[in-house]
Amino acid sequence: MKATHTTLKHIRRSPYQSMAAVFIMMLTFLSITIFSFLVFGSSAVIEYFESKPQVTAFFKDEAKSIDIEGLQAQLQQTGQIASTRYVSKTEALQIYKEQNKNDPLLLDLVTEDILPASLEISTYKIEDLEPISNTLKSSPYVSEVIYQKDIVSTLASWTNAIRIIGITLIAVLALVSVFIMMTVIGFKVSQKKEEIEIMKLLSATNWYIRWPFILEGIFYGVFGTLIGWLVASGALLYATPYLETFLKGIPILPVSPVFLIGLLGIELLIAVLLGVLASSLAVLRYLK
Amino acid sequence: MIKLENVTKAYPTGNTALADVSFNIERGEFVFLIGPSGSGKTTLFRLLIRDTVPTTGSIRIGDWDLVTLPHKKVHNLRKNIGMVFQDLKLLRDRTIYENIMFPLEVGNMDTKEAKERVDMIIDRVGIADHVNKFPIQLSGGELQRAAIARALAFNPEILLADEPTGNLDSTTSWEIMKLLQDINAGGTTIIMATHSADIVNSLKKRTLVLEKGTLTRDDARESSKHDDSVGLEKDNIVEETKE
Repeated sequence: MKATHTTLKHIRRSPYQSMAAVFIMMLTFLSITIFSFLVFGSSAVIEYFESKPQVTAFFKDEAKSIDIEGLQAQLQQTGQIASTRYVSKTEALQIYKEQNKNDPLLLDLVTEDILPASLEISTYKIEDLEPISNTLKSSPYVSEVIYQKDIVSTLASWTNAIRIIGITLIAVLALVSVFIMMTVIGFKVSQKKEEIEIMKLLSATNWYIRWPFILEGIFYGVFGTLIGWLVASGALLYATPYLETFLKGIPILPVSPVFLIGLLGIELLIAVLLGVLASSLAVLRYLK
Repeated sequence: MIKLENVTKAYPTGNTALADVSFNIERGEFVFLIGPSGSGKTTLFRLLIRDTVPTTGSIRIGDWDLVTLPHKKVHNLRKNIGMVFQDLKLLRDRTIYENIMFPLEVGNMDTKEAKERVDMIIDRVGIADHVNKFPIQLSGGELQRAAIARALAFNPEILLADEPTGNLDSTTSWEIMKLLQDINAGGTTIIMATHSADIVNSLKKRTLVLEKGTLTRDDARESSKHDDSVGLEKDNIVEETKE
């Protein structure tokens, strides 16, 4: 209790130094939160695409159901198929009607005959897409094959880049915040040299002197983290309606509160470690 | 109670602050420590509160062996030895009350108990009117009382006072001396470093004289037993202090 009281007094009596320490921690944890959103978000998008029917084969009109079943059985034998779904001409028309129900003109023009039947195939692994699509292309009944390999590989490389940039930036910011906190706390220790000397002469243990400074480091870490996390999470919640429109059909929004709280928990743990590290370094450096 | 045997303190610079000093102080004694500036008085006090260790020799205070005392236990020793520093070392950003409370806070004493103790000490040293002031608002004599009050916080067995009357006028000096004598009468052993010949000669207490780090005299005489003068010429001391 006394240590906490002393810590709060230290903070109150040098508000600008304390603010600098809190802001740099906030910046670090704002970046950590934003990059966590980006990395987890893009990973979820990739996962979504990877779990969806990734190859769609459209059949020629002359393809009979027995031919299609044969092709389906041939694909199943490869062992690479997670699931297949046959969409008949009738179903295709229903889907088409559903998608364009607000546009009667488009509905009038289209009949069951002009829509192709199709087979949606999802694989276990993304790299199996290519052989499957080649098999489909070689079939005489298939008129066209489309798959999302490009989307996924583009996304994967983006995610990778975000991860690398994020980790680098966070590492640099974390290092800078440790140095800044160390300087701020070190400065306070040297300001209090006389008081510390008196404390020692009056039978204070080393830990009695150190604790308030260590707690100060933890305070900067925790306070900075809370602000950084609140800003980033607030921005995400605010942007959720727009992002939902943009990411239509990909079920990653709204972000679960469990994820946000979990992230905060991990960040607080990191913040406490950084705070303790910085203040311990300062105390070791200036309090011999 | 305090026993020094052949204590020498030499600094790496080659300067010898104390050379082969031995003496024994019994519980409840009042001892003056005199000698010119640089004669080793402050070094002796620093040795007694274990702020430094002797180069050779042994120091014992009660059951404590100060030479072998581990660093971790020094704070326990310092609870038993109150020290009034020459430059007082009061914390400027705390009130007198907080300054007196400070060692108890540092020593983790229960707050209620600590407050009771501080109130008692404040009455004893007579600074009740100034407890809520900051050191800068007090006169020399009041500051000295505050420093003595803080030194008494743990009710120590030994009180070391380094020039407690150094910067005070004669009247105030005698008030402080009266306070110290009262404390001594309560059973506390007191060692007081001073330059004041008046005080030393008037009180007729045991006097240790340090010159250039060597103990040149130890008048182990008690005023009750020896009513004759301790024999310190006032002029001698003044001359010594001028050196």
